[in-house]
Amino acid sequence: MTVHSLHGDLQSTALYDIPGPKARRRHFLYGILSTVLIVALAGWILYLLFDTGQFTAAKWAPFTYEGIQRLLLEGLGNTLKAFAYASVLSLALGAVLATGRLSAHRPVRWLATLFVEFFRAMPVLVMIFFIFVALKVQPLPALVAGLTLYNGSVLAEVFRSGINAVDRGQREAAYALGMRKTQVMTFVLAPQAVRAMLPTIISQLVVALKDTSLGFLITYEEFLHAGKLIASNLDYDLPFIPVVLVISPIYIGLCMLLSWFATWVARRERRSFKTRAVEVAPAEPGTVLPGQL
Amino acid sequence: MDVLIENFSLYAQGFLGTVELTVYASLLALVLGFLMASFRVAPVGSFRAFGTVWVTVLRNTPLTLLFFAVLLGLPRFGLVLPFEVFAVIALGCYTSAFICEALRSGINTVPKGQGEAARSLGMSFTQTLGTVVLPQAFRSVIPPIGSTLIALAKNSAIAGAFSVTELLGTYKTLNELGYSIIWTFVWIAVGYLIITLTISALFNVLEKRYGVAR
Repeated sequence: MTVHSLHGDLQSTALYDIPGPKARRRHFLYGILSTVLIVALAGWILYLLFDTGQFTAAKWAPFTYEGIQRLLLEGLGNTLKAFAYASVLSLALGAVLATGRLSAHRPVRWLATLFVEFFRAMPVLVMIFFIFVALKVQPLPALVAGLTLYNGSVLAEVFRSGINAVDRGQREAAYALGMRKTQVMTFVLAPQAVRAMLPTIISQLVVALKDTSLGFLITYEEFLHAGKLIASNLDYDLPFIPVVLVISPIYIGLCMLLSWFATWVARRERRSFKTRAVEVAPAEPGTVLPGQL
Repeated sequence: MDVLIENFSLYAQGFLGTVELTVYASLLALVLGFLMASFRVAPVGSFRAFGTVWVTVLRNTPLTLLFFAVLLGLPRFGLVLPFEVFAVIALGCYTSAFICEALRSGINTVPKGQGEAARSLGMSFTQTLGTVVLPQAFRSVIPPIGSTLIALAKNSAIAGAFSVTELLGTYKTLNELGYSIIWTFVWIAVGYLIITLTISALFNVLEKRYGVAR
C-alpha cells in the first residue's frame, strides 16, 4: 500500500505491474515519441488554420468593435438566463415529481412514474420543437419548458434514488420517535439525501447548461446565435473559424467550471461525516469482488 | 392516424435516417471510445494526457456547438463531405468521450489481484488483457454503455436541424403539407420510443446473457 501511494501514477493496476527500470526507460521513449506525434498534429492543425487564412486581420477585426462585443455578451447573457430559469424550474419540477413517485397513494405514484419515464425517453429537442412549433410559444419559454420537462424528470429519479439510499435505520428511528411521513422526509431523509446527491444534481445542471445551446435551433438569440450573426457577415470576410475559436472556449469553459465544481463538491462529500448514512456500502474500488458492483 | 398512413414513406425515410445515423455513430463512438480508454489507462504519460483532454473537452462541449463547428467549419478547410458523414463524425466523437469513461470505470472495477494472479501464472500482457481483465470489465460496462447509446439515439435529433434526413426533420415537410402538427409529433415521438426501447431491450438481453449476477 505504501509503495503504491509513493509511486502515485506508477502504481500497479489490474493491467500492469509497477514498471522496473527497463520498462520505465521504454515508457520514457514512447512518451517522447507520442509527444512529438501530438505536437506535430497540433502544428498541422495550426498550419491548416494559417494556410486557409483564418488569422488575417480582416477576419478578426469584428471583435474589436464595441457593438459586436455587446452582441456576444448579450448572447451569453441570454444563454445564462435560459440556464437560470431552466435549472430553478427543473429542480422544482424534480422535487414535485420525486414526491409523487414516493407517494403512499398508488394513482399518484403511477402518474408520476408515467410522466418521468415518458419525458426521460423523449429526445429533449423533440419536446422543444413540439412546444415551439405546435403550441406556438416564444423561443425562450419553449426552450425553458423543454429543458425543464427533461431535466426535471431526470432530477426526479436522482432525488428518489437519493432518498431511497439513505440508511434504513434513519427512517425507522424517525418513525419510532413518532414523526409523521412528511416530518421524516423533510427533517431526516431529504437533508441527508440532498447532501449526498449534490454532485449528481450539479452534473445534471451541466447537462442543462449544455442543452441551452439547443435554443440556437429554434432561433432563440443565445450565444451561438450571436456567433452565427457575426460569422455570416460578408464585410469581415465570413469569419466563421475565428467565431468558433472565440465562442467554444467560453462555452466549454463555463461547462467545465460547473463540472469541476461538481467534482469538488463530491470530493468534499466523501470526507464529510454528515452523509455517512447515505452511502449504504462505501466500498473502496479495490475491495469490490468481481461479482459485486 | 391519417398522417402516418398517408406519409408512411416519408416517415419510414426519416426513421431509417435516424437508425442509420445511430448505428454508424455508435460504431464510431465505440471504436474511438475504446481507443481513448486504452490511452487513459496506458502507462505512458502523454497518452494519458491526450485521453484526459479528449474526454474533458468533449464531455463539456454542447453538442449543438460541436455540430455547428463540424458541419459548417470543416468545409472551410476544403474538407467537403456529405452532411450525413459530418453528423456521424460529430455524434461519434461526442459520444466516444462518454463511452471512454464507461469503459475506463469498467476496467477499474477489476480488482488488482486478478491481474497480479494472471501475471504470476506467467500470462503475457495480451493474455492478461484478453482472458482476464476485459471479460470481467465487459460484464460491468453493459448497462452504462446501453444508456450512453440511448442518449446517442436521442441526440441524433440535432442532426435533423442541420438538414440531415432523420425523424425529427420530417415535421417540416408535413407542416408545409398542412397536416395536424400535434399528430405529426405524436408519430415522431412513437418513432423515437421504438428506437430507444429497442436499444434498451437489446442491452437487457446482453445484460441477462453476460452481465454479472448481483
